[in-house]
Amino acid sequence: MLRFLLGRLAVLIPTFIGVSIIAFSFIRLLPGDPVQLMSGERVMSPERYEKMSRELGFDRPMVVQYLDYLGGVLSGDLGVSLVTKQPIFDQFLTLFPATVELSLGAIIFAVLIGIPAGVVAAVRRGSFIDQSIMGTALIGYSMPIFWWGLLLIILFSGILGWTPVSGRISLLYFFPPVTGFMLIDSVLSGQKGAFQSAVSHLILPTIVLGTIPLAVIARQTRSAMLEVLSEDYVRTARAKGLPPSRVIGLHALRNAMIPVVTTIGLQVGVMLAGAILTETIFSWPGIGKWMVDSVFRRDYPVIQGGLLLIAGIIMIVNLLVDLLYGLLNPRIRH
Amino acid sequence: MTDTSSTPVAVTTQGEVRRSAFSEFWYYFSVNRGAVIGFWVFVILVVLAILAPVIAPHAPQIQNRDAVLVPPFWEATGTWTYPLGTDQVGRDMLSRLLYGAQFSLFIGLFVTTLALTGGIIIGLIAGYSRGWVDTVIMRIMDVILAFPSLLLALVLVAVLGPGLMNAMIAIALVLQPHFVRLTRASVLAEKDKDYVIASRVAGAGHLRLMFLTILPNCTAPLIVQAALSFSSAILDAAALGFLGMGAQPPTPEWGTMLAEAREFILRAWWVVTFPGLAILVTVLAINLMGDGLRDALDPKLKKS
Repeated sequence: MLRFLLGRLAVLIPTFIGVSIIAFSFIRLLPGDPVQLMSGERVMSPERYEKMSRELGFDRPMVVQYLDYLGGVLSGDLGVSLVTKQPIFDQFLTLFPATVELSLGAIIFAVLIGIPAGVVAAVRRGSFIDQSIMGTALIGYSMPIFWWGLLLIILFSGILGWTPVSGRISLLYFFPPVTGFMLIDSVLSGQKGAFQSAVSHLILPTIVLGTIPLAVIARQTRSAMLEVLSEDYVRTARAKGLPPSRVIGLHALRNAMIPVVTTIGLQVGVMLAGAILTETIFSWPGIGKWMVDSVFRRDYPVIQGGLLLIAGIIMIVNLLVDLLYGLLNPRIRH
Repeated sequence: MTDTSSTPVAVTTQGEVRRSAFSEFWYYFSVNRGAVIGFWVFVILVVLAILAPVIAPHAPQIQNRDAVLVPPFWEATGTWTYPLGTDQVGRDMLSRLLYGAQFSLFIGLFVTTLALTGGIIIGLIAGYSRGWVDTVIMRIMDVILAFPSLLLALVLVAVLGPGLMNAMIAIALVLQPHFVRLTRASVLAEKDKDYVIASRVAGAGHLRLMFLTILPNCTAPLIVQAALSFSSAILDAAALGFLGMGAQPPTPEWGTMLAEAREFILRAWWVVTFPGLAILVTVLAINLMGDGLRDALDPKLKKS
């Protein structure tokens, strides 16, 4: 297992260095002068330019600048936002729980519906139910989620008036964030109705963000189940006279879950891309909306930092998924 | 001297081989009913896009101030002049959607061609040369794949400047590592087979070996991936348009149309519903075809 871990890290570390080089050179690739871009000032006197250039470190050799940047990154210093003047890492820490809460909701939604749907489709292979489930999954997989979000808003917020259109909680409630997770904080605040309000704000974004992972998980579960159901040990279990529910639920599903776990892990990247769109539609104050806003405000240090942090998160999650896969499936370790 | 014309030897010309390969492909492709439906929907979309200037009832950019947010014809206040209604500045929805099909299909074609060509060349070089060249190329691809594609495309567009061309270049760049990986993997599998060695012994140069000997035997997975890229290119370009970073108004690109219509969603459902539906139908048709292509081209799934 240790060798497996080291092997993974041997690939991961150069990739992370590559990612940091991209984030670092991004500012320097932009049309325009990096000193002006990073200081956010268009017109500067030569003396001021000189001073800012020295302050931001642009007067040093490129390699030194990069190593300095990498050192900062590793100690959690990603610079300061041009707009809010706050440290980028602090901003990230306040916004990240919102994205985590939304993504967790979406993954739970996707798993709770996707796995049973995939199992049913596999067990009833070729039937009308199978075709309907797989047809729906393909539609979900092809869905432009930004449009899906708007449709749900029209139906549930506009026509039925069941759910709010944007934000994480009604403006009626105010309490200081403790954990950053609105569902937990609203309970901790002890205010009546706060939790319900937080839940109702979470529902539509969760569905929107969970749609594509749901489709992918359902498709993957079905094909994994089909493969497992034709295995000898499943036939043996059936021949022994075990009830079908036990054969499917215990013998087949447990082994079919191995590739599905990997699929679920790989959805993290999909979710963070989806969060960009979902958070924009629902004005959800997470890192996806943060990135879009920063692109529009030309807040280059934030884009640079966000790019690195998001890629870093995906790499860490993928590493964890690989390790989990190694634990679940001992064959892969050798 | 023998008279060859009278001996009934089965001589197959290259054209016949190609035709029979195609009919075999079509046989496996048409087993998948969804794929055939997807194929015909796609054909219809292509025809509509090409004929857009002929069949569109209005010009896509013409604003009609007297007919703002007219609903589709089946609603009480709708008219046949604007079959699918008009948008917030009185442009005909149907005409914009038809012209939008031109944009979306062009985006898919352009992005896929760019990503496919780049990916094949880089993948061939990596797989064929091995050694440090391969390592460097594949590490760079890993780095590109470490970012969520939409985020990287968004940031690239921020660097290059918003616009459809830049959006397409950015999307091609983030889709191309998949082609590199596939090409490299197939090249590695084919490289040491006898026919390649024979060709090399016969004196074929590197370029000939790469492009004429090895590449034709790696096409099946590339075609399937191309279909997938075609649909993700359309989706990502629409997403960038929606975020205001792709095609710019008044271009009738579907994602851009959605972005413009967003504030009217609770007042005029049609300005939001139709462009999104157009994206969904197009992407769905291509994905259905992609599934059929995979079944038809993957020899492992073939029964015979």
